[in-house]
Amino acid sequence: MKRRVIFNNKLLPYLLLAPQLAITLVFFFWPAFQAIYQSVLMQDPFGLRSQFVWFDNFTVALSNPLYLESVKRTFLFAFSVTAIAMTSALLLAFLADKQIRGAGVYKVLLIWPYAVAPAVAAVLWLFIFHPSIGFLGRFLREIGVLWDYKLNGGQAMLLVILASSWKQVSYNFLFFLAALQSIPKSVLEAASIDGASSRRRFWTIVFPLISPTSFFLLVVNMVYSFFDTFGVIHALTGGGPAKATETLIYKVYSDGVLHLDLGGSSAQSVILMIIVIGLTAIQFRFIERKVHY
Amino acid sequence: MVKRCKGFVFALATAALIMILAGPVWAQKVELQFWHGLAQPLGGLLEKIAADFSASQDKYHVNATFKGSYPDTMVAAIAAYRAGNAPHIVQMFEVGTATMMAAREAIKPLHEMMRESGVPFDPRAYIPAVRGYYSLPDGRMMSMPFNSSTAVMFYNKDAFRKAGLDPEKPPRTWAELRAAAQRIRAANAANVGFTTSWPTWTQFEQFSAIHDTPLASKANGMEGMDAVLMINSPLHVRHVQMLMDMQKEGSFKYGGRDSQADALFPSGEAAIIHGSSGLRARIVREAKFDWGVAMLPFYDDVKGAPKNSIIGGASFWTMTAPKRTAEEYRGVVEFFRFISQPDVVSKWHMETGFLPITFGGFERTQAQGYYRANPGTDIPYRQLTRTEPSENSRGLRLGNMPEIRTIIQEELEKALQGQQTAQQALDSAVARGNVVLRTFERVNR
Repeated sequence: MKRRVIFNNKLLPYLLLAPQLAITLVFFFWPAFQAIYQSVLMQDPFGLRSQFVWFDNFTVALSNPLYLESVKRTFLFAFSVTAIAMTSALLLAFLADKQIRGAGVYKVLLIWPYAVAPAVAAVLWLFIFHPSIGFLGRFLREIGVLWDYKLNGGQAMLLVILASSWKQVSYNFLFFLAALQSIPKSVLEAASIDGASSRRRFWTIVFPLISPTSFFLLVVNMVYSFFDTFGVIHALTGGGPAKATETLIYKVYSDGVLHLDLGGSSAQSVILMIIVIGLTAIQFRFIERKVHY
Repeated sequence: MVKRCKGFVFALATAALIMILAGPVWAQKVELQFWHGLAQPLGGLLEKIAADFSASQDKYHVNATFKGSYPDTMVAAIAAYRAGNAPHIVQMFEVGTATMMAAREAIKPLHEMMRESGVPFDPRAYIPAVRGYYSLPDGRMMSMPFNSSTAVMFYNKDAFRKAGLDPEKPPRTWAELRAAAQRIRAANAANVGFTTSWPTWTQFEQFSAIHDTPLASKANGMEGMDAVLMINSPLHVRHVQMLMDMQKEGSFKYGGRDSQADALFPSGEAAIIHGSSGLRARIVREAKFDWGVAMLPFYDDVKGAPKNSIIGGASFWTMTAPKRTAEEYRGVVEFFRFISQPDVVSKWHMETGFLPITFGGFERTQAQGYYRANPGTDIPYRQLTRTEPSENSRGLRLGNMPEIRTIIQEELEKALQGQQTAQQALDSAVARGNVVLRTFERVNR
């Protein structure tokens, strides 16, 4: 018997796909092409005069020491956020995976922060760490720590890293928990019978088995810290003090929206676009092939 | 049943649509869109003026809408222009002036609109420091001034008394200010001797005007887009060095960017602050001590000092759009005429603390005895009009000025944190600022 498609109509599949395709075209492809187009132009904010300048905007951005510092800062930020968000999520998932009373409640509570909007999350952190209105900020000052993230760049960076990581822990937690639960119990039991300690079981069995999930999360977390942390930074520090928390995405915003330099800002977003395409390509090519059970 | 329901909803929607489309015809008034960037309570007072205008005649209706902060309003107006849908009038902060002027096709210059409408209009009604800021070098006014402020010094009289200083003799010069701040700290009359709000505006823009020293070449950019910053002059370096020295000895505290330092004065934390004349309203409301207002200090060994200070605040720009009619521009002219009446100017000045921008408005306020009843409220006006503006104190017109303000603040912060010398900070601010100016020049050529 020959397998047949149920609908012979050639048009129908396209019609069914059309709404999704339209959304993708209008909200993803069109802005992306606009950004590429703008990035080779020099234009006044009103769009009255534009010149085609080839790759001048890119040269200007890449030869600007402030931009290069922002690149370094962004990678430091992204690695820190990814490391903190993933290790703490793995630890929490490992603990929640055990047979404990009320595990369901823990799980629900741990997933909650994911539902908090970035700006709201930032305000919550502000109420904790603000040097004069935050209770922990005030406490730090009382015990003699010169806590003032509004003037101290290092402290400001620490704060946005912590707030951004906290937002992402829930997401990682869900994936890690699912990965842990999918590990066959028999393998773990066999190891226990052979006398492997809990730590040894983790490093030799659990960790390799969840590595596909870990690599997936690595990419997702990197992309998250590159792009989705804008709200947290905007509400907490606004990129300051003295550019100490200005990541690449924040610089795109301040150059494009605040300083009305559309060409330069578009060139920077095209660079960001290339970084993300690179990350995704790595995920598909390298990770999918090299990570095996 | 369901079908009938649908039909009913459809009929209702059609009726609503017809009403929306027919609305303006039915009202028989020309609708003028006016976007502003003043939050409450100022925004409400401004909307009241627009409503008063609409009620004062039956041809035009001004629809005033709050569009967020000044930068937000600017971005919104630009985006609307690009979509062919710009508002008739937009309120633009003073540092956006150069950007608006460079967008020749997007704006309808005030002088042109007034000439075409035949309405008599005399720019000399405006005080020179206001007029000059929004005029071309040949004196033609480009936008309608409205809410203007200037920077002044507020000081805590109780703290002065406690430190053994004469509360009726605020410091006139920087040397006196430093000595007073030191005395205040030595007597522990306040936690902070001196601080400043709007660091770039007060310590660079106002400072340069008062000392008749250029902030940038080409008459601070008024005479050409090829201006370069000149804030690394010996006088500017000397001033930043003094702020650094004062910080080191504990008599000055940096209070943050833009208006962040404002809070330090009404709470009693700082005894002396340089800030916008508009800060007055907040001090009246919050301060629980005796305070005074004085003019900004100057270095008395600088030739030509003290000159008049310059303005801040915003003005109203008329924007163009496809299909905009002469009748609509005429409505804008009528609205502008309404808001420049001495009574309206005087009322706005007394209600908000912004300056009386016309001579008539000042005289009207004076005639009502307002300045005698509220001592110090005329200081901003007197400081702004104390001399005829020179080319260094007419104002500034630098492209992408908001970005340059940020750059200066960043370099100043680095110097105050001890990461660089005063000379390095200002050299670096000039170099970075000039890149911004060249980009603006290239884009708008």
